[in-house]
Amino acid sequence: MSLIPEANDARPLIEVHNLWVRYQMRYLSMDAVRGVSFSLGREKLAIVGESGSGKSTVGRALLRLLSENARITADEMRFADVDLLKASERKMQKVRGARISMILQDPKYSLNPVITVGEQIAEAYRVHFKVGRKDARQRTLQMLEAVKIRSPERVYDLYPHQVSGGMGQRVMIAMMLIAEPDVIIADEPTSALDVTVRLQVLAILDDLVRERGIGLIFISHDLNLVRSFCDRVLIMYGGQVMETIAAKDLDNVQHPYSRGLLNSLPSLDMRRDILPVLNRDPEWMKLKEENA
Amino acid sequence: MIEVNNLELSFGEGAGSQQVLCDISFAVGKNEVFGLVGESGCGKSTVLRCIAGLYDHWTGAISVDGRPIGKTLEKSHFRQIQMVFQDPYGSLHPKHTINATLSAPLKIHKVDGIDRRISGILDQVGLPLSCRFRYPHQLSGGQRQRVAIARALILNPKLLLLDEPTSALDVSVQAEILNLLAEIRRERELSYVMVSHDLAVISHLCDRLAVMRQGRIEEILDRDTMLTGQMKGEYTRTLYDASRRYDRTVAQALAGS
Ligand SMILES: Nc1ncnc2c1ncn2[C@@H]1O[C@H](COP(=O)(O)OP(=O)(O)OP(=O)(O)O)[C@@H](O)[C@H]1O
Ligand SMILES: Nc1ncnc2c1ncn2[C@@H]1O[C@H](COP(=O)(O)OP(=O)(O)OP(=O)(O)O)[C@@H](O)[C@H]1O
Ligand SMILES: [Mg+2]
Ligand SMILES: [Mg+2]
Repeated sequence: MSLIPEANDARPLIEVHNLWVRYQMRYLSMDAVRGVSFSLGREKLAIVGESGSGKSTVGRALLRLLSENARITADEMRFADVDLLKASERKMQKVRGARISMILQDPKYSLNPVITVGEQIAEAYRVHFKVGRKDARQRTLQMLEAVKIRSPERVYDLYPHQVSGGMGQRVMIAMMLIAEPDVIIADEPTSALDVTVRLQVLAILDDLVRERGIGLIFISHDLNLVRSFCDRVLIMYGGQVMETIAAKDLDNVQHPYSRGLLNSLPSLDMRRDILPVLNRDPEWMKLKEENA
Repeated sequence: MIEVNNLELSFGEGAGSQQVLCDISFAVGKNEVFGLVGESGCGKSTVLRCIAGLYDHWTGAISVDGRPIGKTLEKSHFRQIQMVFQDPYGSLHPKHTINATLSAPLKIHKVDGIDRRISGILDQVGLPLSCRFRYPHQLSGGQRQRVAIARALILNPKLLLLDEPTSALDVSVQAEILNLLAEIRRERELSYVMVSHDLAVISHLCDRLAVMRQGRIEEILDRDTMLTGQMKGEYTRTLYDASRRYDRTVAQALAGS
């Protein structure tokens, strides 16, 4: 019995309606996500926005991986047949990793420092598939190769502190992919990578969407990258989705915040002496009518 | 303004020694911005550290304003050349107010008019005077990087060495800092050597740039040659293609190579 719709099923993999996340601090509380709604099909969906706009919080809320002081409410938050709001912690553990994987912003902190990276990936594989050590090792080496690690045999035996930032990021990606999830949430997965490696890692994710029909949520602040890599884009500000747009139409966005984000990036296609900066309008913070 | 000739550097000794810089040569004119770009570990920061006098075991020649610099740090050299680092969190002392951070170099070099200079420099880098007696943790990332730039400028250097000055910042804050650097350069007639792994950032600010790979300079070209895609080197083109956008065929070509 599979909970997962077939790859040719057109129903969305993930559906979110009116998601709110409140962080409770000692003296005050803060709504980091305010009324976010979206659905994810077998596509590459980007979430972009400035630092602090709530991108990572949305990603982590889907897996209920937020810190203890966070409170999630929503009208709906579902993955295939799983109600992500009501599912028991035991059920969520099955979803995490096996069905929805998250590639985190800081890979170093998510690897166990006293186990070699190869063993960690192999272990992740054995949790999801009933195979022996030898097969797990074989599959791990294949995965390391798939994420463009040059000498997989050597890297297998390295500890996390012995790999560079970019390599650590690729190890994380290998670990996420080996479980063959249906949805991948990638939080700034390529910011620590060299451009040439970045392109290859993106191609791996791209293939998974095209060939295996997975859904990808790609969190980033690099609009130039998102424009060429993703299908659709959610643009976030102050915990709200300001607009949702097809990536190919990104150049035509109208909202001044979206324009500001786009224009403030230096570009290799256009020479400008002065880069426009964001002039934040208090209006943007106001709760949108549909979210109130 | 600065001339680097045949700079070489290795770490470690004997069989375990690793050559990190190999035959690095370039010259930067007065009021010119020169960029070093390349992938992680290619030696960009190491070049800056040699110029800044943080290493003394290099070979080759470095001269500033026509005067060769020795391998030990002289005070006058230190004053002409200032460095700004990537991390605006790590590079400021957490327990020192902005005022203390900015007055320390003035005191070391026995410069007078400290008060006037500090308010002048805060104004120039676009920080409100109210920041003066705050601590780094009370400032935003962009404001901290402004403080680091103010500290570098306060002794009126001739050359600023900028190591990834915006890579820890949000895109809009990055734009503010890049604009600030462009403005300071116009007003003060400074020269910069700037390092980044981001080709778009380097091509935005720099008049000319060197593309580095594995400790060597692969190509030196000017900005317009880069922006119009007329580079000669194959590696420069690879970086350019990979930086511009996601492109499956480029990715496949890389994977096959
Ligand atoms: N555990 C927490 N407790 C309190 N506030 C938090 C917590 N985690 C995040 N926040 C706040 O929630 C807001 C959204 O944070 P989030 O990490 O989702 O932003 P982001 O869009 O991912 O930013 P970045 O681009 O910097 O990663 C921020 O204002 C942040 O300070
Ligand atoms: N103190 C040191 N001892 C030994 N090796 C070093 C030392 N400092 C740097 N290296 C090595 O020299 C090479 C160049 O390092 P450098 O920091 O200059 O690279 P970079 O181009 O600035 O890279 P990044 O973009 O990652 O900052 C690297 O292989 C690095 O491991
Ligand atoms: Mg984040
Ligand atoms: Mg460096």
